[in-house]
Amino acid sequence: METYYQGQHLAEFAKIADGSPELGKKFFDYYGAVFADGALTAREKSLIALAVAHTVQCPYCIDAYTQDCQQKGADFEQMTEAVHVAVAIRGGSSLVHGMQMREHAKKLGM
Amino acid sequence: MDAVAVPIRLREVAADLADDRATPRATSTLRRRHALLASTGEQLRLLASVRLERDGQRVEFDRAVGGALRPARLEIFQVNLGKLCNMTCAHCHVDAGPDRTDAMMPDAVVEQVIAAIGRTRAHTVDITGGAPELHPRFRDLVAASLAAGKRVMDRCNLTVLLLPRNAGLVEWLGERNVEIVASLPHYRRPNTDAQRGNGVFERSIQALRLLNAAGYGSGNDRRRLTLVSNPAGAFLGASQATAEREWKEALLRNFGVTFDRLFVLNNMPISRFLEWLEATGNLEGYMERLVNAFNPAAVDGVMCRNTLSVSWDGRLYDCDFNQMLDLEVALPEGPHIGTFDEDHWLTRSIVTARHCFGCTAGAGSSCGGQTA
Repeated sequence: METYYQGQHLAEFAKIADGSPELGKKFFDYYGAVFADGALTAREKSLIALAVAHTVQCPYCIDAYTQDCQQKGADFEQMTEAVHVAVAIRGGSSLVHGMQMREHAKKLGM
Repeated sequence: MDAVAVPIRLREVAADLADDRATPRATSTLRRRHALLASTGEQLRLLASVRLERDGQRVEFDRAVGGALRPARLEIFQVNLGKLCNMTCAHCHVDAGPDRTDAMMPDAVVEQVIAAIGRTRAHTVDITGGAPELHPRFRDLVAASLAAGKRVMDRCNLTVLLLPRNAGLVEWLGERNVEIVASLPHYRRPNTDAQRGNGVFERSIQALRLLNAAGYGSGNDRRRLTLVSNPAGAFLGASQATAEREWKEALLRNFGVTFDRLFVLNNMPISRFLEWLEATGNLEGYMERLVNAFNPAAVDGVMCRNTLSVSWDGRLYDCDFNQMLDLEVALPEGPHIGTFDEDHWLTRSIVTARHCFGCTAGAGSSCGGQTA
């Protein structure tokens, strides 16, 4: 495959509802509601989305939420910190699984 | 006994600015650099050349709004005193800067403006520039507007308040209940300095503390402090209500600074921002973004409908952006403040072009903030 990800996919995302308008509508309504101002501000939610986008490594989401974070008033330092949160949880989750290794190693070793 | 007031002269102000090492600057003016886009004709040509199509048709503003915009009652009498400014921000739609003594309102025009303010039914005089506080007749214009019973707004860049020449100005404005409408792109340093120059954020906070000390920004309608944010890049502004809550909380927590309300504006694709868009390969993407975000609900509240915009040379425009593009209003008596007739003004056709998509994108954008 030459270019699996294509820029226009993002702009055309709504067309995914063609195959199932009912589920599409439910999804996009839900999606919109998730990102509205609530107990968290829209900017805070956008920063969380940016961090998650880097964890799921979705190019569409990274493009979309980079711009969305800027538009919601987040600056580059705040966005970089959000990505580091994703990095810390990814790295930390590997490292904390080291506790499993540690227990097994202690049990098996002398 | 009061000291005898000595008239301030423009060349003294210009000399101060030439010696000013304290105000940071992000760039220099298009005019000083003899840039192609210093010409308004070139700006309009560049905007018209952007490939913007929907369903095989060129996208134009008048088609998007379904015909010409109709004027509403005149509410805001906006006076642009000239292009002189102590700053040179990267996105400036005026191409203002410390070298712009070529475009400052002459005394004769100031007198014509003051006479017209005495006749107009507009309730507010909105004074802008450049940095209007640098005009030698700034205080005269404020005083005359107040004497005519108008509310007065000063569109202020904040750092100008720290210049030695303006010592005491904040208190003077406060005593007269002049609203300060001050530019601050962001409540943190990085985006503010990126747009306005390294160190501007710190000086802006200093100026905000001066304003707070003079009673501005603590919920008193007679000392109203409005901040104006615009994006530091090729994207639209945030939601004004949400941003205002976040800004108030962050400015208070981080700097102990308070203000009354926030306007969020979009950047217009003209002048220095247009140059930046083109130079960074963002022009087509930004215009697409504005058109995609076209919001019919934002159209009714756009400022051109209820505003008169007077330029430094007394010419009349629908808004400050049209003024900067030389898109004059056609009037039977000629578009000049010396012959201003409010009833004729209300029958004019509003002049629009592609830059107008900046005011109708997203939640809308006008001198009074978001419109939808």
